[in-house]
Amino acid sequence: MSDTIDVAYVAELARLELTPDEHRLFQQQLELIVRYVDKIGELDVSGIEPTMHGQAVVNVFREDVVLPSCDRERVLGNAPERNGYEFRLPKIVEDA
Amino acid sequence: MTGYLITIGLETHVQLRTATKMFCGCSLAFGAEPNTNVCPVCLGYPGALPVMNREAVRLTVVSGLMLGCEISRRSTFDRKNYFYPDMSKDYQISQNGSPLCVGGSVRIETAAGAKRVRINHIHLEEDAAKINHYARFSGVDFNRCGTPLMEIVSEPDLASPDEAMAYLQALKQILLYAGVSDCNLEEGNLRSDVNVSVRPIGQERLGTKVEIKNMNTFKGIYAALEYEIARQLATVTRGGLIVQETRRWDPELGETQPMRSKENAHDYRYFPEPDLVPVELEEAQVEAWRAALPELPAVRRGRMAEAYGIPDYDAAVLADAKENADFFEAAARACEPRLGKTVSNWFMTEVMRLLSESGLTISQSALTPSALAELVTLLDTRVINGPTAKELLPELFRAGGLPSALVAARGLGQVSDADALAALVQQVLSENGKSVADYRAGKRAAAGFLVGQVMKLSKGKADPQVVGRLVAERLAGAS
Ligand SMILES: [Zn+2]
Repeated sequence: MSDTIDVAYVAELARLELTPDEHRLFQQQLELIVRYVDKIGELDVSGIEPTMHGQAVVNVFREDVVLPSCDRERVLGNAPERNGYEFRLPKIVEDA
Repeated sequence: MTGYLITIGLETHVQLRTATKMFCGCSLAFGAEPNTNVCPVCLGYPGALPVMNREAVRLTVVSGLMLGCEISRRSTFDRKNYFYPDMSKDYQISQNGSPLCVGGSVRIETAAGAKRVRINHIHLEEDAAKINHYARFSGVDFNRCGTPLMEIVSEPDLASPDEAMAYLQALKQILLYAGVSDCNLEEGNLRSDVNVSVRPIGQERLGTKVEIKNMNTFKGIYAALEYEIARQLATVTRGGLIVQETRRWDPELGETQPMRSKENAHDYRYFPEPDLVPVELEEAQVEAWRAALPELPAVRRGRMAEAYGIPDYDAAVLADAKENADFFEAAARACEPRLGKTVSNWFMTEVMRLLSESGLTISQSALTPSALAELVTLLDTRVINGPTAKELLPELFRAGGLPSALVAARGLGQVSDADALAALVQQVLSENGKSVADYRAGKRAAAGFLVGQVMKLSKGKADPQVVGRLVAERLAGAS
């Protein structure tokens, strides 16, 4: 097994707790994916702009016009808990 | 403290003046009830698709042009991933690799003269929701989530808290001139994070930098910088080491404190936002925006001093707020050119006093530039005298209208006709024999008293210059 991807670190960033079996499984699967993408490195792509999208579309805008928002009761109806008109959360400690 | 250099850089978040959010049509009206301006996009529902607000892009580019930035012809958006309940989709849409504006600078005045503070770049991003902290839980209001923010990142070119203040004031003035933001600090329109480090003179490499957050006012930024600089200098002179960290300003305690931080907190795993396509700006579009830019405040100060023959000091005071400068120029243009300084005097003393007493801005008052121009002209042509003008101004400020109409309606016109005034002078002199005698006995001040009596008798309408001349003539002549 190579170390081209640090599954433990990625899992930590994603707030995922993995069992040792899952860790091994994902390590193998993700290695495959990384190696698959590595194939591009075999080609000379210098001078080719990277594409982030499947289509060459640019400049999709909306005008700055107010549209109706959602009904507050329906929105808060999805909250596990509410505090008046706020979404209620466990007490949060400020994070940097 | 001597022997050390201070280095400060600012990241300033500016709320753009749009009616709606960055990626959805929810309103940005200030002071709305919690969670009323929300929709699946700004609540971060899975599958909801963002669509970019055209106006937010324009305002950011206009800001960049005002600051002399290079405008990127092609710009893209990225996801900044983090876990915190102010952003329920677990990422903020921002610009990491290709911001809309690059470079540029802000000119500031320092004790040592003018200085250019370089801008690294300006990028566009969305604001997070507001979290309210209570004793046993926290609450989230998503009204603010998705507000368009531009982040203006300066180079570490500032060398003192005073320079940081000068930079923020100059930046705010330029943004107000550009009309891109209300820059209302109370409403959180303008927030800065600060990076600060110290190093011994002679050391090339910058010292370890500390980031400070949570300052809501310019005063807070100044106080936080003063505290943090003193703390760092005390540490290094003791031989201690500065830790690279983020600290939080506590305005009540007046100190910065380390913020709890996970080791990987700053690994945001940026990647291109697949739901937004690139923004490509046509050269012609950027040039059209450039052509429509307002003057920079510094340029305007110079031009106004020159064009209206007013001192640099007047020009600086008048140009401080764009709407004051606009008002002054409109009034001065409506007068004879030689009256520029008179218009400036009236604006800077009487009008500004009324502004500060009423707490209004000039556009909120009823005073119009043509009313002020007319008032100054009526005074200059001696149709009215100074006391009458001072009496009329508060009324024009409160209720509007033109001074000529008030003068005509109330017969406030100044009496300059010598024949008409001669009778009043005669009456005053004959009723005040003692003062006349005093004057002739050498008490020159008695003349002023007599002029005052004539003014009073005319109910303030007499031309004081003509009265002064007539009284002097009569006193000098035969009894
Ligand atoms: Zn929305």
